[in-house]
Amino acid sequence: MTTALTAPSEHLNIVIVGHVDHGKSTLLGRLFADTGSLPEGKLDKVRSICRQQGKEFEYAFLFDAFLEEQEQGITIDTARTFFTWKGRQYIIIDAPGHKEFLKNMISGAARAEAALLLIDAQEGVKEQSKKHGYLLSLLGVRQVAVVVNKMDLVDYRQDVYKAIEREYREFLAQLKVTPERFVPASAKLGDNIVKQSPNMPWYSGPTALETLGLFRKETEREHQPLRFPVQDIYKFDARRIIAGRIASGMVKVGDRLVFSPSNKSANVKSIEWFNVEPAATEARAGQSTGIVLDEQIFIERGEVASLDDSVPLVSTTFRCNLFWMGKRPLETGRKYLLRLATREVECEVAAIHRIIDAGDLAARQTQTTVGRNEVAELTIRTKNPLALDLYSDFEVTGRFVLVDQYDVSGGGIITEGIRDEQTVWREEARRRDIAWVKGEVGPDNRAAQYGHRAALVLITGGRHTGKSFLARRLEVQLVADGRHAYLLDGENLRRGLDSDIVEGDAAEMVRRFGEVARLLMDTGLIVVSTTNTFGQADHQAIRTLVNPAPVIAVHMSKTEEEPPSHTDLVFAGPKDFDDAARQIIEELKRRGVLAHAIGAKPTFQYSI
Amino acid sequence: MKHLRQLEDQSVYILREAYKHFDNLAMLWSMGKDSTVLLWLARKAFFGHVPFPLIHIDTSYKIPAMIEYRDRLAREWRLNLVIGQNKDALANGMNHQLGRVVCCTALKTNGLKNLIAEKGYTGIILGVRADEEGTRAKERYFSPRDKHGDWDFREQPPELWDQFKTTFPEGTHIRIHPLLDWTEINIWEYIKLENIPFIDLYLDHGDGTRYRSLGCAPCTFPIKSSARSVDEIIEELRQTTVAERSGRAQDEGRGMELLRKDGYM
Repeated sequence: MTTALTAPSEHLNIVIVGHVDHGKSTLLGRLFADTGSLPEGKLDKVRSICRQQGKEFEYAFLFDAFLEEQEQGITIDTARTFFTWKGRQYIIIDAPGHKEFLKNMISGAARAEAALLLIDAQEGVKEQSKKHGYLLSLLGVRQVAVVVNKMDLVDYRQDVYKAIEREYREFLAQLKVTPERFVPASAKLGDNIVKQSPNMPWYSGPTALETLGLFRKETEREHQPLRFPVQDIYKFDARRIIAGRIASGMVKVGDRLVFSPSNKSANVKSIEWFNVEPAATEARAGQSTGIVLDEQIFIERGEVASLDDSVPLVSTTFRCNLFWMGKRPLETGRKYLLRLATREVECEVAAIHRIIDAGDLAARQTQTTVGRNEVAELTIRTKNPLALDLYSDFEVTGRFVLVDQYDVSGGGIITEGIRDEQTVWREEARRRDIAWVKGEVGPDNRAAQYGHRAALVLITGGRHTGKSFLARRLEVQLVADGRHAYLLDGENLRRGLDSDIVEGDAAEMVRRFGEVARLLMDTGLIVVSTTNTFGQADHQAIRTLVNPAPVIAVHMSKTEEEPPSHTDLVFAGPKDFDDAARQIIEELKRRGVLAHAIGAKPTFQYSI
Repeated sequence: MKHLRQLEDQSVYILREAYKHFDNLAMLWSMGKDSTVLLWLARKAFFGHVPFPLIHIDTSYKIPAMIEYRDRLAREWRLNLVIGQNKDALANGMNHQLGRVVCCTALKTNGLKNLIAEKGYTGIILGVRADEEGTRAKERYFSPRDKHGDWDFREQPPELWDQFKTTFPEGTHIRIHPLLDWTEINIWEYIKLENIPFIDLYLDHGDGTRYRSLGCAPCTFPIKSSARSVDEIIEELRQTTVAERSGRAQDEGRGMELLRKDGYM
């Protein structure tokens, strides 16, 4: 009996995958039994169940804890077992190989650092074996070893083994996966599992157990640039803690953090812990931690903090590889929830470029749907911009899942960020915000002094709908209430700031308008504006330039026309403009721009 | 040590995800070593606070020392303790002699289900571990139960890249299992590392026995052991090949499979 008397110094997550009936559970049972790693109760329990059912004991039964499974002879779900060998604890994820249970295999493989792939020597390389290899490469499992099992059924023939090795190596090479090694074995009879087999003198390489020992620990993520996805903001006591798990790199007290996509920045004042004495002043990749900033900037779950010399991409559009396991097919045009690190955003599939048959890696004809268990190259477009990275650069912020209805139904890795129509504005806003020189008076000081936060009220609509009149009434009412408001008309820029612009260069006019609005809001004002000068696309540009300041969009119309997207209030050519202005003021209160009662000391949850 | 911190980081991440996604969340606390570690991890995750109630399903057959310990920690750690009890079943004389699975189902499973229905909890955090027994090895971190509280282990959602199942139809609730990857030894190593107060029924007090797993008094038996400290427990566990729950009567036969399919912890 071999037992570990000292604590293991290292832990490795391993997934064992293979076609149904290729002998995964048997291999596991054998590994455990032959290394003396089984608890006494377990073996006896399984033996007695076998006796009750009048069956011969099999090693596979050890891992098929459910009786139903034993009747079917398939591992239903990802079972996790542990065993320790030579100072290293292996967390073994036994992934089912049956086609229907592919999603469980994915669940298992997604957290594995290395994979042991099983092939039946008698059956050879099957479609499933290819699919498994493909999924492992897609899931980013880089260390793969292959066990060619059931060698006893082919009389331990070297030529059979060599042919399988050659075929599978060629296949994996197309995926840029290089298996570490191939091991000919028979789990049932114990050949080359723990002990070198006398039946295959032509093989002198490592056994399956030694192969596990040869897997390396994955390289540390802490040497990469910082990525800190915000998980939550806590205010349980006087501290306002930004909680999250560091995806890569490290963060220290004093670091200046930039949050994407809002482009807000502040310095790390302290790093918070519970029951850690003395409190550490830095945190690194993998740690769940909490950060207190030196300024009360408003940031939300889903933003990604980084240092300003290595910021993530921000976009609404990217190209990816995705595997689908949803109950219904993935379709272009349908809305899905995309979850990337802690960010959740609505998205749709903009294009399906190709669907890959995992069997031969051939591209199938372009379709508008991706079926269950298919893998595809797609372009995805999200409703709102999000921070992301390429999977080849960053693991955690380079991959995402899609939720269809209530279920996580697909997983993907980002292969290319694509510029959208807002990219140019977004990049300008980002460069400007990151480099912004702040005075001693911050937005929260101004908000406390003025009794409101800054915001932009943008009134859109056709000609002669009363936009200008409403804007004027609103400015009058706000100022009468003691608010700091200002009417910004595009016309006022035309003769002055814009006087050098060549007629027709609308883009530059929009850019200047956005920058002026941004500047006025930085002074703490509620900016009220109409947009006679600008078209629909320009409104989006203005939003991007002033992001993340609150924008209240008000649409005026005399017809039943569809208001622009992101519209907050719609008025059908109001007669009572004062009432319309009051409704806008209510909306400003609802959005937290205005405190609810005039004269009351405003208590803002946050500032911009 | 490094591995314990990795386990801690993952559990804390899961607890924070649970807190973010479920408005009506509660944590089950049996005062055993596992759920006490879980409670400690909640204090880690929320910087000394426990922002949700702790449920104790009181079967009335618990060992008295456990109740004492419960009330002391609840006071010291300012816990919001919610005690659930299937009073109807107890009034009708439910006890383990009527059958262990019957008794566990009535007093624990139904006790919990009744409380969930009464309070409208949508998420319940539990301290089950994958290495305890076979059915728990198949669990997910976020594991849905349908409106009858049943567990459909065949249709479990995948858990890719720490993206858990946090959306679900009306009427279902989610069981959250932050300790799934921990082993029995990890629990004791962590208790030692963090100096977590634990109930001393787990130690030998001179008669050569101690409890390795705690449940109701009539159905939980001490094991032969002379471990008098956490260090000695860890040492003993490194050498033992006896299953942890060997002193738990409900595990006999297909007990746990039947119990858990119906919504047992």
